[in-house]
Amino acid sequence: MTALSHGADWDFELIERYDTAIAGVADEFGLDTYPNQIEIITSEQMLDAYASSGLPVGYPHWSYGKEFIRNEQAYRHGMQGLAYEIVINSDPCIAYLMEENTMAMQALVIAHACYGHNSFFKGNHLFRQWTSADAIVDYLVFARHYVMDCEERYGAAAVEEVLDACHALMAHGVDRYRRPAAPTLRAETARLKAREENRERQFNDLWRTLPGAPAAAASKAKREVFPPEPEENILYFVEKHSPKLEPWQRELVRIVRKLAQYFHPQGQTKVMNEGWATFWHYTILNRLHMKGLVDDAFMIEFLKSHTNVIAQPAFDSRGYGGINPYALGFALFSDIRRICERPDAEDRAWFPDLAGTDWRRSLDFAMRNFKDESFIAQYLSPRLMREFHLFAVADRVEDDALVVDSIHDEHGYRRLRRLLAAQYAIENRVPDVQVVRYDRDGDRSLTLRFARRRGRPLSDAAEEVVAHLHRLWGFAVRLETVDGDEQIGRALECAA
Amino acid sequence: MVHLIDRRSSSRGRSAVNRERFLRRYKAHVQSAVRKLVGERRLADIEQGGDVHVPRKDIAEPSFGFGHGGDREFVLPGNREYVTGDRIPRPQGGGSGAGGGDGGDGDSEDAFVFSLSREEFMQIFFDDLELPRLARTELGRTEHRTSVRAGYARTGVPANLAIVRTLTQSLARRIAIDGSLRREAEDLERAFGAAAAAGRSAHAAHAYAELQRIERKLERVPFIDEPDLRYRNRVMRPEPVARAVMFCLMDVSASMDEDKKDLAKRFFTLLYLFLTRKYGEVDLVFIRHTEDAEEVDEDTFFHDTRSGGTVVYSALDLAEKIRGERYVRGWNVYVAQASDGDAFGADPARSARFLRDRLLPAARYYTYLELAAESDSGRSSTLWAEYARVATESGNLAMRRATRRDEIYPVFRELFRKDTQ
Repeated sequence: MTALSHGADWDFELIERYDTAIAGVADEFGLDTYPNQIEIITSEQMLDAYASSGLPVGYPHWSYGKEFIRNEQAYRHGMQGLAYEIVINSDPCIAYLMEENTMAMQALVIAHACYGHNSFFKGNHLFRQWTSADAIVDYLVFARHYVMDCEERYGAAAVEEVLDACHALMAHGVDRYRRPAAPTLRAETARLKAREENRERQFNDLWRTLPGAPAAAASKAKREVFPPEPEENILYFVEKHSPKLEPWQRELVRIVRKLAQYFHPQGQTKVMNEGWATFWHYTILNRLHMKGLVDDAFMIEFLKSHTNVIAQPAFDSRGYGGINPYALGFALFSDIRRICERPDAEDRAWFPDLAGTDWRRSLDFAMRNFKDESFIAQYLSPRLMREFHLFAVADRVEDDALVVDSIHDEHGYRRLRRLLAAQYAIENRVPDVQVVRYDRDGDRSLTLRFARRRGRPLSDAAEEVVAHLHRLWGFAVRLETVDGDEQIGRALECAA
Repeated sequence: MVHLIDRRSSSRGRSAVNRERFLRRYKAHVQSAVRKLVGERRLADIEQGGDVHVPRKDIAEPSFGFGHGGDREFVLPGNREYVTGDRIPRPQGGGSGAGGGDGGDGDSEDAFVFSLSREEFMQIFFDDLELPRLARTELGRTEHRTSVRAGYARTGVPANLAIVRTLTQSLARRIAIDGSLRREAEDLERAFGAAAAAGRSAHAAHAYAELQRIERKLERVPFIDEPDLRYRNRVMRPEPVARAVMFCLMDVSASMDEDKKDLAKRFFTLLYLFLTRKYGEVDLVFIRHTEDAEEVDEDTFFHDTRSGGTVVYSALDLAEKIRGERYVRGWNVYVAQASDGDAFGADPARSARFLRDRLLPAARYYTYLELAAESDSGRSSTLWAEYARVATESGNLAMRRATRRDEIYPVFRELFRKDTQ
């Protein structure tokens, strides 16, 4: 077959031809995707999209302005390049392509975003559980209009105050675990009816003759602790129970909460998501090359940027900025394929269920059923730990130096893998702060509890966050810290 | 199957509104930056954009996060020499190592820097400034007219058709014409019924024919007819405009050294920018004086270097003369004077008297800016003393003193602050 094109220039017709070719290969590998919508934008528009976390529409807020200014500044001064693409988890899946890119880059982006990320959005259980891809764009449009409408009615300052406060609590505005689905009207009616029937069956007029319980017990029961179970979703609690919020303010809280929930899966699958997309652009484009659809010059350009994307600088080199999710994710998925296709003795010992199986199936299973934490815990092989030269450092209060806890050797593999997985666990990234008490019948104060683990304290910003929450709540807000069952220090308080 | 959209031509600057909000929120920082820039810049560059620094801690968005302390482990890539149990001295600065996988944004304490565009710069520059006591009562000489609604007309262009009004007319006309015909038709129908019931077929046939005729007539009544048409009518009405003239009087005598001249020019540059940007229609008269005054164009005013003795009176006299010739009635007159106040002999008293009797009554607002060297900032000039006496009597004379470049902008803002009552 002859190559689709030569040289760097692209036009719309060419993009369509490439897309058809890529879609063909993706189909060969059995990738299941939402339909694609590719939008060509300029670099300015890319900067715009950056500021709103890539969302196609957003409500106006100063923090997005700050983000925009920061990116623009960095870009203008050449300190930061622009991402080649932004892709939105929606149905159809929207991907932005920059007009400045060469044809090879556009093809890379199409393979990466429109087939890699897209299939991940559609397949991964977190996205399936938490986001409704078909509704997000409509919801964003609604949110934007609602916020702007509120600004008109109640003033931009009043709206900003609520949004600021909500943003401060955004990380604590998500449900980490799925709630039971709200019962439908019919189910609810049926439940009430069954309960009524049961009561009728149990009815015995004799009970009426028993002496009543003492009044004190009744009033004590009334003052029982609310909420009965601690609530991790602080914004949800505020929305449902804040004694002072106006209905429109409640709706704003809800909007921020919904957005936070929408982004929740992305934060937990960074390594997997990027790894998956990178693995597939690599696999798809190589396949195109094998079929003779792209020429060698194309591959050289592609490999150059691919190599840049998956570079992992060492911890002590200048460009080090944490573990590169693209590098780690790509290595993990490539390694799974290797273990399936060409397992060695070590792989057979470590992954008896994986070695020698159909790589397509195994990869698909891994993509669907994990998040970063569990994915690493499940699939990080000793070989990868050696390749990355991973080592763990322990930082303990009672020790005046850092201690190397474990390295990539026979004794360290398992612990190292567990530690790296834990590094991606949400409880190690976001402190565990929950609502434990709302004094409904008393002074209406709200009490939060920070469950401290291993002595890691909250940062100083906590005070400001409590002040923000106080603004939403309207009455006193307390933040207490416990470690195990023991209360630590004085509670941080923002009085009414 | 792929949906390809070219968005390149659709709206850019989607973030403009967010950027503007950001600027509004950090207005104080932005304003102080603008003030500093105005003080530092060369005159020619005053209206350029510039950089604003905001301390990073002021724009941080707080959230619950982990602080330093406690026990933890973190995994790093790129091990070369360490084996289990090695001890690494803690990095200096209390930091807890290179951070785990959390991206390492670095908590550098430096400021958040961003540039203001020229437009934004000017906007902040003149935010909340205005010409005081501007009266908008006079009818303008220039034909400034606005179009206003003035009822309905029977003629007009189709675009102006007032549909509801037209239909109202049409309905009224149809009721008026149809009414009697319909009554007649009803009568005939009854007559036809009665005749048919009584078996008088001739009568019935006649009534039937008549009925048909009237119904044809009714059908011919048009739904909308030419006379129904109504058009929205607009007329042009002359608008009262604020006509204003600003006299800029600058002392360029020898006692005004380079520094003072720079201060004066800075002040007038601000004034010039302010007036030309915000009040497009304001006339500007530039007068400079040594021992005698002359009217000059703006280029000469700002860039020419001339010097000599000092007679303040000459400038006031020339200003009054020009006012008497060109700006007699219907003008808001403003005067801004900058001088070092070094006047001798009878000049200060005579100037003050002339100011009180002739210029002030005719002017809406008179600002006097006295420029002093830093060494003698405490001492007031004879002109200042004389003017101060006038100021206590009349309400429209404002006086300020400036010695340093960075004072010019605050002084300027004070003089032209928006009245907030």
